[in-house]
Amino acid sequence: MAEMTMVEAIRDALDVSLREDPRLLVFGEDVGVNGGVFRATDGLQEKYGEDRVFDTPLAESAIAGLAVGLAMQGFKSVAEIQFLGFVYEAMDQILSQSARMRYRTRGRYTCPVVFRAPFGGGVKAPELHCDSFEGHFVQSPGIKVVIPSNAYDAKGLLLSSISDPDPVIFLEHLQLYRSSRMDVPVGHYTVEIGKAKVVRLGTDVSLFSYGAMVAIAVAAAEELQKSGISLEVIDLRTLSPMDMETVVTSIRKTHRAAILQEASRSAGVAPELIAKINEQAIYFLEGPVIRITPPDTFFPFASLEREWLPDVARVVEAIYRMMTT
Amino acid sequence: MTHTRAGFHQLIREDGSLVDEENAQLDFRVLKELMRRMVFTRRWDERAIKLSQQGRIGYHAPVMGQEAAVIGTEAAMNRDDFIVPAYRELPSLYWHGYPMHQLFLYTLGHQHGGNVPKDVHCFVPQIIVGAQIVQAVGVGLAFKIKKEQRVAVTYIGDGGTSQGDFYEGINFAGALDAPVVVVVQNNGYAISLSRDKQTKAETLAHKAVAAGIEGVQVDGMDVAAVYDVMKTALTRARMGLGPTLIEAVNYRLMPHTLSGDDPSRYRSSAEEDEWRAKDPLIRLRILLSERGLWSHQDESEAIAAADDEIEKALELVERTPKMTQDDLINYVFETPPQDLKTQGKEYQWQR
Ligand SMILES: Cc1ncc(C[n+]2csc(CCOP(=O)(O)OP(=O)(O)O)c2C)c(N)n1
Repeated sequence: MAEMTMVEAIRDALDVSLREDPRLLVFGEDVGVNGGVFRATDGLQEKYGEDRVFDTPLAESAIAGLAVGLAMQGFKSVAEIQFLGFVYEAMDQILSQSARMRYRTRGRYTCPVVFRAPFGGGVKAPELHCDSFEGHFVQSPGIKVVIPSNAYDAKGLLLSSISDPDPVIFLEHLQLYRSSRMDVPVGHYTVEIGKAKVVRLGTDVSLFSYGAMVAIAVAAAEELQKSGISLEVIDLRTLSPMDMETVVTSIRKTHRAAILQEASRSAGVAPELIAKINEQAIYFLEGPVIRITPPDTFFPFASLEREWLPDVARVVEAIYRMMTT
Repeated sequence: MTHTRAGFHQLIREDGSLVDEENAQLDFRVLKELMRRMVFTRRWDERAIKLSQQGRIGYHAPVMGQEAAVIGTEAAMNRDDFIVPAYRELPSLYWHGYPMHQLFLYTLGHQHGGNVPKDVHCFVPQIIVGAQIVQAVGVGLAFKIKKEQRVAVTYIGDGGTSQGDFYEGINFAGALDAPVVVVVQNNGYAISLSRDKQTKAETLAHKAVAAGIEGVQVDGMDVAAVYDVMKTALTRARMGLGPTLIEAVNYRLMPHTLSGDDPSRYRSSAEEDEWRAKDPLIRLRILLSERGLWSHQDESEAIAAADDEIEKALELVERTPKMTQDDLINYVFETPPQDLKTQGKEYQWQR
């Protein structure tokens, strides 16, 4: 075991994979000499050479497309998009090309690429550095969507993503990079893609969340405990495919469900999960599933982000209202 | 037939001497004003670095070392030429009329920062590298259709010239014969990636060749040369002779931004020193002083003017009401949908 921040755990997963798999390449803007703008690839170029860990020119479509072409020749890539807000430049290569490769060729070609990107609010960054765009990817077939909430999961999930036979978009919340340290196993271990985790047991309400919102969910659970409301907190960890077994098991016990996300309200993870709950668990429910999300606006400019982001008080209030009406 | 004007345009050498003493046709009144603006802007940049660290303004992308290219290009424009900027050319916007306090508000993430005054002909700084190039072509095409003698000017870094949008933009500019000038600030680096690793192209001006537009490389540390090539490019565009790509070769003397970039990871201090000697302020200061056109007093007056303007801007920033939830909700659409209005009301904003 070693104590690591989440960004160190991510770097460690890349290190382990580069060591184990000679076909793995790591590239993107500023990932080589600079070690990444958040140091997620720090020292890796020195260790594995410029052929395997390299800086690309500034062009996201080419970064993603390069990974797709490399996959046609049996290479694996971890391609970094410097911030998720810049992913639109690469959307064609990620969704129209990489996600469709297996289907288009009846499995003759596959695309085991991991697209890594930081995102998330609360750090007063300029426009398009914070937005939670995971919903776009959840809507697409053919690509898995992973968002870790802590260092242990980040390393285990990234190792799973790299060995996954299909494309994975792996999103790293900026606030979590250095917010805490935790024990992370040395060497290879995995956290399975498509498995949620019950992070706090409870009996009254199932609260589903992911990424930086998991900590808010746990804090809200502690707060609500004081008023005798027992929250079961579940970290979804993978948003596509969703672990409906864990979701339904929890709802069968609590009979109430709420979803907390940082992304704005409509047509994303929360609505999709509600639809699935509707299909698979509606008869276990005592009331409608609620979603705790910011409104359908753009991620606000920095001066208003604190007010916009869901916080503990908001979650407590929403759950309280749910329990009393 | 368009062609790329070969060679590296320079009028003032590093040591302040003129490249072609005999034939130089310099307008010293203009040069003095450019000097004043560069000194003012340098001061602003230095102060902004500190103000940003203190949190009084928001994120700041230093422009030190690039003043000649930012200011020389703007000064050559007409007031009604339209700038589509990147994020580093705030001084260009300022000299084009953008109020300083609004630029500060922009850095602080306040919506009023982007509310461009009606009589200022520019768009707001924008984060997506490359997006501005294609938009500038649209602006230029509009001028062409309206038969207005105006030019769309856009800025991009050396890194930005690798983006698809850049190539698409210069190609469109040529194909549509739009009155556009693309100013490439080749400051040596895109964050950590040096210019020679960004592209195998010999110069960035060469990229104009494939698009069939004019391409010029200029000493981006020489404000007189920048002003000169920009005037020519603008005149060509105004006369319907087509777009120009100007590569201004200069150097970003400071970190990429103040959010954790550490230049020692990707360049040597010897290299920085080499470029410091080419500083655009130094050479023009020598040239003008030798002719009795620039004094210590001129220098201190320009600095005092900057300090004064910065203080006023900071005061205005402090007096500006905080951005509200209504500002957010009400500017998603012209008329907020009922659902959004309800969401806005139900969301508990003030805590
Ligand atoms: C589409 C897009 N990709 C990546 C970034 C992140 N980023 C911001 S500035 C920058 C480097 C830009 O370098 P250059 O174009 O040379 O301009 P400079 O910053 O040197 O002025 C990068 C990679 C971005 N803002 N937009």
